[in-house]
Amino acid sequence: MESQDADKNPVVHKLREWNAAAVSEVIEFRGEVTIVVARERLLAVAEYLVTEPSLRFSFLSDVTPVDRFPLEPRFELNYHLLSLDRRERLRLRVWTSGADPVVPSVTSIWPTANWHERESFDLFGIRFEGHPDLKRILMPDDWEGHPLRKDYPTEGYR
Amino acid sequence: MSTTIETPAGQRQPMVLNMGPQHPSTHGVLRVILELDGETVLKAEPVIGYLHTGIEKSCEAKTYSQAITLTDRIDYLAPLSNNLGYCLAVEKILNLEVPKRAQYIRVLLAELTRVASHLVWLGTHAIDLGAMTVFLYCFREREEILKILEYLSGQRMMTSYFRIGGLALEPPPDWLDRVQRIVDTFPAHIDEYEELLTGNRIWQARTKGVGCLSPADAIAWGVSGPLLRASGVAYDVRKMFPYSSYDEFDFEVKTQTAGDCYARYQVRVAEMRESLKIVKQAMAKIPPTGPFRANAPGIVQPSREEMKTSIEGLIYHFKIFTEGFAPPPGEVYQAIESPRGELGFFVASDGSAKPYRVKVRAPSFINLQSLPLLAVGRLIADVVACIGTTDIVLGEVDR
Repeated sequence: MESQDADKNPVVHKLREWNAAAVSEVIEFRGEVTIVVARERLLAVAEYLVTEPSLRFSFLSDVTPVDRFPLEPRFELNYHLLSLDRRERLRLRVWTSGADPVVPSVTSIWPTANWHERESFDLFGIRFEGHPDLKRILMPDDWEGHPLRKDYPTEGYR
Repeated sequence: MSTTIETPAGQRQPMVLNMGPQHPSTHGVLRVILELDGETVLKAEPVIGYLHTGIEKSCEAKTYSQAITLTDRIDYLAPLSNNLGYCLAVEKILNLEVPKRAQYIRVLLAELTRVASHLVWLGTHAIDLGAMTVFLYCFREREEILKILEYLSGQRMMTSYFRIGGLALEPPPDWLDRVQRIVDTFPAHIDEYEELLTGNRIWQARTKGVGCLSPADAIAWGVSGPLLRASGVAYDVRKMFPYSSYDEFDFEVKTQTAGDCYARYQVRVAEMRESLKIVKQAMAKIPPTGPFRANAPGIVQPSREEMKTSIEGLIYHFKIFTEGFAPPPGEVYQAIESPRGELGFFVASDGSAKPYRVKVRAPSFINLQSLPLLAVGRLIADVVACIGTTDIVLGEVDR
């Protein structure tokens, strides 16, 4: 929920100073800040969040897709960032469509994203452009379908 | 993968060796594809998924309370850790305050779980490298902790003892005496393990300089827990983002700088001692009487007494166990310091009685990704040491 307070958040403020159009939306819930950015801006924003000396979100904790079927855009992709020296967490969110879910890979910025993105591809079918080795990681190599999608039955097909 | 190797006479070619998924030293169903030049490791690619049981998907089909039993099975060597992380996440969405007595008991049990988990780690890591006595000693001591968990919850391992709002049951009145016995006798046991290993030349030869991880690499690869702290980065979720009243306890974050297997050994052994310190403090803080779960009608079930004597109690009990409770819509990410590192629970609520999404940020999954960084360039025998030092639990890696 966008509010005047959102801009008081120093991270949002810095991002908007750097690029006024960087942040699409800011959500605050239970003390956690989520910054929504457009898919096209993801790499640039991520690079800025890591390299900007007053931010330094160098630790990527987690990449979590959420399937919001039947909404469109369908897939919500959450990046959980942590600045170790500033002791602050931040959630970066990108939305991507259900028909052709492609998101730029952040492995060039946070190498740890490698397996996270493979898991997102495996379980949700989201493809990551620029990923060095995008293949299934949990399901067998010849599996068909993406099990954590909402239109995939809990008990599977077999 | 080709199985025929055609080489003109005299030409060297790397050999592909498959390790696992059945292997005594992979600590679970882990497969590592090793490419070797003689005994030197050129590539080490972990292949996982053999223990994938769809826990995250199953959570979406259960109510918030039912999902707690699923969380036990994620990191099955520290089940109370998982319970704690998940319950804290749901309590965060609900904005539910847990009574201090329950918080202190949670801290005590979480630290005992850390000790139990580190004991398994030490025993299995040592036996992989040939120190069989340590294995038996560690498991003997772990029995004492499992007995306490059984006394409290009826279960040795998959306790599900923490619930949304507090604990599942009132602890028995004399349980702290049993904990006292552990606190009194344990430091001597840890001394025993150190006597067998710390100054042991063979142990040092197998672990010093093996599996070095630089702090920059560790941060870039999302490594957390003792692996990160042994490389010199003092990141401990209990200190950085205290939960469940950890800020009221006095303990140190143990670090080393060498970043090798020996440093990780030192960090974990020191952590066991710190955990016992916390347990002692918790024992002094826990009030002997008081609520063991929050008073939140509609979310936390009423006491049996209330349920049987008041109509409101009966109705709440009925509604909670048939419909469940519906938290407000929203997402939270709650991280705790599990024995393996940052264990995070991302819980998304859509306003219904079942979680819309539960994602487990499993430290073992992330730490395992750094295995090539530890093992490449070393000998095959070091691969065993490197896998052991990452302290992975396949239930967490695969979920």
